[in-house]
Amino acid sequence: MSELLSGARNLHLRKRCAAEKRFRRIGAAAVGSALTALALLLGSVLWQGLPAFLEHRVLLEVALDEGVIDADGTRDPGLMGEANYAGLLKNALLAHFPEVSSRREKRELAALLSSGAAYDLRERVLAEPALIGATISFEALLSDEADAFLNDLGSRELPETERQIGDAQIAWLDALAGRSLVRRAFAARFLDSGDSREPELAGVWGAAAGSFWTLLTTLALSLPLGVAAAIYLQELAPRSRWTDLIEVNINNLAAVPSIVYGLLGLAVFLGFFGLPRSAPVVGGIVLALMTLPTIIIAARAALRAVPPSIREAALAVGASDVQTIFHHVLPLAVPGILTGTIIGMARALGETAPLLMIGMVAFIVDVPGGPLDPATALPVQIFLWADSSERAFVARTSAAILVLLAFLVLMNLTAVLLRNRFERRW
Amino acid sequence: MQFLTKISAQGLCVFYGEKQALFDVNLDIPKHRVSALIGPSGCGKSTFLRCVNRMNDVIEGCRVEGKLALDGEDLYAEGVDVVELRARVGMVFQKPNPFPKSVYENVAYGPRIHGLANTRAELDEIVIRSLERAGLFGEVKDRLHDSGTSLSGGQQQRLCIARAIAVSPEVILMDEPCSALDPIATARIEELIGALRESYTIVIVTHSMQQAARVSQTTAFFHLGRVIEVGETAQIFTDPREAKTRDYITGRFG
Repeated sequence: MSELLSGARNLHLRKRCAAEKRFRRIGAAAVGSALTALALLLGSVLWQGLPAFLEHRVLLEVALDEGVIDADGTRDPGLMGEANYAGLLKNALLAHFPEVSSRREKRELAALLSSGAAYDLRERVLAEPALIGATISFEALLSDEADAFLNDLGSRELPETERQIGDAQIAWLDALAGRSLVRRAFAARFLDSGDSREPELAGVWGAAAGSFWTLLTTLALSLPLGVAAAIYLQELAPRSRWTDLIEVNINNLAAVPSIVYGLLGLAVFLGFFGLPRSAPVVGGIVLALMTLPTIIIAARAALRAVPPSIREAALAVGASDVQTIFHHVLPLAVPGILTGTIIGMARALGETAPLLMIGMVAFIVDVPGGPLDPATALPVQIFLWADSSERAFVARTSAAILVLLAFLVLMNLTAVLLRNRFERRW
Repeated sequence: MQFLTKISAQGLCVFYGEKQALFDVNLDIPKHRVSALIGPSGCGKSTFLRCVNRMNDVIEGCRVEGKLALDGEDLYAEGVDVVELRARVGMVFQKPNPFPKSVYENVAYGPRIHGLANTRAELDEIVIRSLERAGLFGEVKDRLHDSGTSLSGGQQQRLCIARAIAVSPEVILMDEPCSALDPIATARIEELIGALRESYTIVIVTHSMQQAARVSQTTAFFHLGRVIEVGETAQIFTDPREAKTRDYITGRFG
């Protein structure tokens, strides 16, 4: 025993054990640092993005003066819609501060409210014209500057010139807060409205809908085309110099930078075919071209992985080539094809560059209702907001990233569930 | 004794690319008998078998010369429909390869694609009859809708036999059907082969000399791509004419 583990052998054994331990530690450290980086990233996005999901409102007693809203008593929605609701809100706010008298002060006071508050009030009145003449309690949205101040009360210590909000405005906000009129609430408008120049009114839904229509087009084009191409190349095409050449080219296409596809889309689909600019359908086509090689490669690998014994079994009972493929080989390859598709779609979802080239970077307020409406996409929206000067867009940028990630998780989850349904043992 | 010839090969040569696998094979397979093909690995017996239902077609670079006829019709003539041929010539493989579907679907697949059953009841009948003939029905009648891959190895192989006979073939080719099975499962398959001989012409490739002696009536000995000797099984195993055959069956090589 002692001879066995003595001398050179013993030394060798200890060295080997030490090397294994060392390598294990290096591996664990690598995984640990990757996880830390991910946690830091997600943590900071979450921390910065959360304020965008909340907004501050002030409770006002608004007198819905019939003389202002509907002087002639016609109850015509067109006329009622043009009334000066901002003025009504301003008066309601002024009622709290009788000492404010100069025009400049009045304007500063009114600037505490978002322009969106007047739209909200108009909606309320148009939905319920019976309210005209009454005085209602109304939660008016505060402006992004006021919201930012309330989110970070410490900023009052800064000199006035370094703040977005004046000393007088801070005093008014404090007074309103002192009367328990300021309330923080969930900002549904961030999730259900389109883009806006006003950060507190800007929502992510327009971009999400744009992404949805774009990806729908991408999926509808790239999945059938990709699978058909993969089946032909893998199962039916005779091996020749041509198929080898095609294979090499497909592998190369998978590595082409995405902006090149954008240039192609600009030149061919917009320039030559005259398709509409900024439309999800064009974005979808361009992204489908980009995704195709990924899907073809994944689908071919999945088809190749189906055991040859299954093919032989089907052929031997007299199934034709096409029957063998569609009854036996393809169903077994579906999980692999889905995995490849989801990788391609996830890449397409996060793609910005090619969409910039085809005009999906425009400022679009309306939520697109179909693949032909002008739209932008989530990553492009993130890019646009990150580029904006208003402070409040910082939180919206992070929040939009969170929405993009949620979109991605949802897509992956669907794919995993589908894959589990199709997974079969052999 | 003279038997009707079911399959007849004349001057059959097979090439895999540059490599020749069969050299001028002349072999008659008699009808309604079990013919065993024996020989060392790589001697071409599986290649011959796969020529009969043209499974070699799927192998890249495979070329067949000479004549191979089923009931006198050349299998490699132009205009022969491979799919129709494979419905007439079934095959059972070395490793059991049921489809990853239910037991029922495994057997029903062939009749369904060939349109052998018009109603569900007819299909049920074909499935049950095929499973009965394969000696499997009693064991699986309560789990017809369980996966075929959940059966034991021997049951899977009998399922594959049931799948092959469900399309009513004339010939069944078996490529070492018992090499992945234990002795008990092997015995059941051999029994089954004996019972199926009445209705089908069976060609079996085997590495087990005992198996060839037990199940077959005719034996052909292949060596290096040539048929060395063909004859009644009893004669081949007791009184081989060729020295090479004698060496092989006595275990001196191979």
